Amino acid sequence: MADTVSKVDIECTVNGKLSRFQAYPMARLLDVWREGLKLTGTKEGCGEGECGACAVLMNGAIVNSCLIPAIEADGADFRTIEGIASGAQLHAVQEAFLECGGAQCGICTPGMVIAAVALIERHPHPGDAEIREGLAGNLCRCTGYQKIFAAVVRACESTGRNPPENR
Amino acid sequence: MEEKLFGHSVIRKEGRDKVTGRAQYVDDLAFPGMIYGVTVRSSIARGRIRGIRHGDGIPWSEFTIVTAADIPGKNEIAAIAHDQPCLADQFINHPEEPIVLLAHPDKYLLEEARRAVQIDVEPQPAIFSIEDSLAKRAIISGEDNVFKSYHIEKGDVDAAWARADVIVEGEFRTGSQEQLYIENQGMIAVANPRDGVTVWGSLQCPYYVHKALVTLFGLPHEKIRVIQTETGGGFGGKEEYPSMIAAHAALLAWKSGKPVKIVYDRAEDMVATTKRHPSRTRHRTGVTRDGKLVAMDIEFVIDGGAYATLSSVVLSRGTIHAAGPYFCPNVRVRSQAVATNAPPHGAFRGFGAPQSIFAIERHFDHVARAVNLTPEEFRRRNFLHKDQTTATGQVLHEAVDLNGLLDRAFKESDYHAKRKRFARENSGATIKRGIGFSSFMHGAGFTGSGEVALASIVEMEATSDGCVRILAASTEIGQGTNTVFSQIAADALGIGFDRIEIARPDTRSVPNSGPTVASRTSMVVGKLVEAAALSLKRTLLESGFLCDACTEDEFVRACRRYIETRGPLRSRSQYEPPPGLYWDDATYSGDAYGTYAWAVYVAEVAVDTITFEARVTDFVAVQEVGKVIHPVLAAGQIEGGVAQAIGMALYENVVWHEGRMANGQMTNYIMPTAADIPPIRAFFEEQPYPFGPGGAKGIGELPMDGPAPAILNAIENATGICLRETPATPEVLMDALLESMTEKAGARG
Repeated sequence: MADTVSKVDIECTVNGKLSRFQAYPMARLLDVWREGLKLTGTKEGCGEGECGACAVLMNGAIVNSCLIPAIEADGADFRTIEGIASGAQLHAVQEAFLECGGAQCGICTPGMVIAAVALIERHPHPGDAEIREGLAGNLCRCTGYQKIFAAVVRACESTGRNPPENR
Repeated sequence: MEEKLFGHSVIRKEGRDKVTGRAQYVDDLAFPGMIYGVTVRSSIARGRIRGIRHGDGIPWSEFTIVTAADIPGKNEIAAIAHDQPCLADQFINHPEEPIVLLAHPDKYLLEEARRAVQIDVEPQPAIFSIEDSLAKRAIISGEDNVFKSYHIEKGDVDAAWARADVIVEGEFRTGSQEQLYIENQGMIAVANPRDGVTVWGSLQCPYYVHKALVTLFGLPHEKIRVIQTETGGGFGGKEEYPSMIAAHAALLAWKSGKPVKIVYDRAEDMVATTKRHPSRTRHRTGVTRDGKLVAMDIEFVIDGGAYATLSSVVLSRGTIHAAGPYFCPNVRVRSQAVATNAPPHGAFRGFGAPQSIFAIERHFDHVARAVNLTPEEFRRRNFLHKDQTTATGQVLHEAVDLNGLLDRAFKESDYHAKRKRFARENSGATIKRGIGFSSFMHGAGFTGSGEVALASIVEMEATSDGCVRILAASTEIGQGTNTVFSQIAADALGIGFDRIEIARPDTRSVPNSGPTVASRTSMVVGKLVEAAALSLKRTLLESGFLCDACTEDEFVRACRRYIETRGPLRSRSQYEPPPGLYWDDATYSGDAYGTYAWAVYVAEVAVDTITFEARVTDFVAVQEVGKVIHPVLAAGQIEGGVAQAIGMALYENVVWHEGRMANGQMTNYIMPTAADIPPIRAFFEEQPYPFGPGGAKGIGELPMDGPAPAILNAIENATGICLRETPATPEVLMDALLESMTEKAGARG
């Protein structure tokens, strides 16, 4: 419990910046982001790793930050939704979500954008099955997913990497 | 501006904030000195409270503790009836009923404290099903457990049976369903006797919460202020329940003198807040040998849970939609909303219609078979047409082309070819494929005289730099209110989309444009936005500062000159019903809705006879919703609604244990994922509705109505298994398939 365990020093990179903070070892990384670092773009949907609203990239891999204890953050490199755009320049995935209608209420959107970025970094031109599998850990109650699938395809087209003939 | 925005898919107004994570939802807000609140709830379904004990090991003096005794005004969540307390006082009527509220700066200690409060309850007999409630195994509400009943009577049903060649009966049920917005319910309150009460939160209807707080605190209207924060989905779940959580946060803030935040975690949200009403529908249908409807007798019952909340209105919509989009000269619909000791069931997209439409659209496949017609031919012989009357006697004055919708849906889905192919290929296959459809309608806006009673108002004001702000209580909850209102206003004013601002719904500054429910926002409130914009423009034209065919720059200059010389430039519009609408609440007859959206949906399924899983493999949704304002948003509404309804049909099973949801987690309450949803292909036939903005009708709830029966019709086509209840989980399919195999084996033996 909090009163018998003391906080530990944690050093990690968040959105390209070195971040040092103290946290209880088993504090949820989600709470560290939201309450400690005021990075409230990462959302809590279920708190048990089912919905993906709290997804962030940890050393390039997608994780649910509600399931990661703070102690594991030490030495790691993170990207949260706040680090996806480059200043005012949106990431191709974010632009595609806007154009295709991939965001409705927006609460799953940060996690969904993270999942799409992770997917495209892994598979620059994913097929339908890869898109579905890549986003299956992120629940959306508004869109029925169709516009999100379209956004992923659009983002891949606009980034223009790995033209289809090289697949 | 020459190019109209209407009909074009402009970028969502608040989209950029959403894709970058900058949008501020209630849990993203923190106020100086803010503390947290939690709710101590009942663990049992029904009983008398004997005492409340605060257990050892908790520094109780640090806590703000609120019970019913602390309520300044009435201990009531103001809604339609007056039966639901804000905090249970002497009597408990359902599991998870709130009894005590606690607040403290430390969330973790707060959770320990919540568990340390012991409620001593003397249990009383409780009832948990429609049958037990109707049988009055215990009387738990009023004199007979009935919150509301309706009776629609058209023609002479009793005399008509004699003219029927065939009579078909059937009983159908739908289970409960959780709205499962991904943002849990939450509120922050600041409250004190000097300033009154202000709440910020995730909600659909600011003025519902306002009314509840006025009643609870006994304060004048202007002392209560309700502000909507960005809202992460509602689907009806944030129609009435936010009044409860706002009341709780406000009571804690009032007593502690500090800002108080209550945000539920997923488990609390699922077990304690409202869900879709479970239903039971019985049909008795008389038809001639050639498949013409002669008489329909329908009995529709919904389980309202422990308090009345919105059940009477949910029942109304379910009742009116129960006879479907068909012409029958003799119709009787009798309906009841009954009490059980479950948490109150509430608003959920479709609002009673998905339940009763499930029943008729399953039943009509069976009636068709009884007269040796295909499902589509039987429906074609009975579809409603212009100048015919609905079950409530409403004469349809607009063109209705259900045959056209059916043709289009069958063409897009390749229905006939697939039906033949599946029948050929299924024999011997372990995966059986099938295709089915449903035809249905959904009335847009409040029922009957509801819109007249609401008398919704929209205001608009121009700024000296030529921007125009829309003031309305209608909320953006993901469906696109901000965007659609901006399109409508910009077109009416002849200015660009970016010149339109949407005022945050805040009861201090926006008029009451009514609740954001009932597929009414684009159609009813959107029309008021258009009227207010036209009125504002007329003011500028009459002032002489603006000429008719103006450029945007001229509009900006005219606003500035008007405001400099004449003062604020504002306009206002108020709802007026379309001419000729007539509704009689006493006989439940007349024009139930100003208009209806019409649809035919086709579902294709694959049923695995080894794993007993059913999957939807293709989905075609063809609808007529008037003119489409924003094609991407409109398709998004259809696709999202279909996905929720696929959940209702196959996956989403609320497991009840003595009135309490036993699977209140996303781990074991299964909603569809990206891997479960088929291609959903939405098509629109556009028939302008003269009283909607630019000819638009309501759209939001329609897609919730049709998929479940279409899917279960497809499962019957694939397997021959007749399922009469949602959801069709693998467990249900296993029982049904094994039983049918046993019967076949028995028949052979």
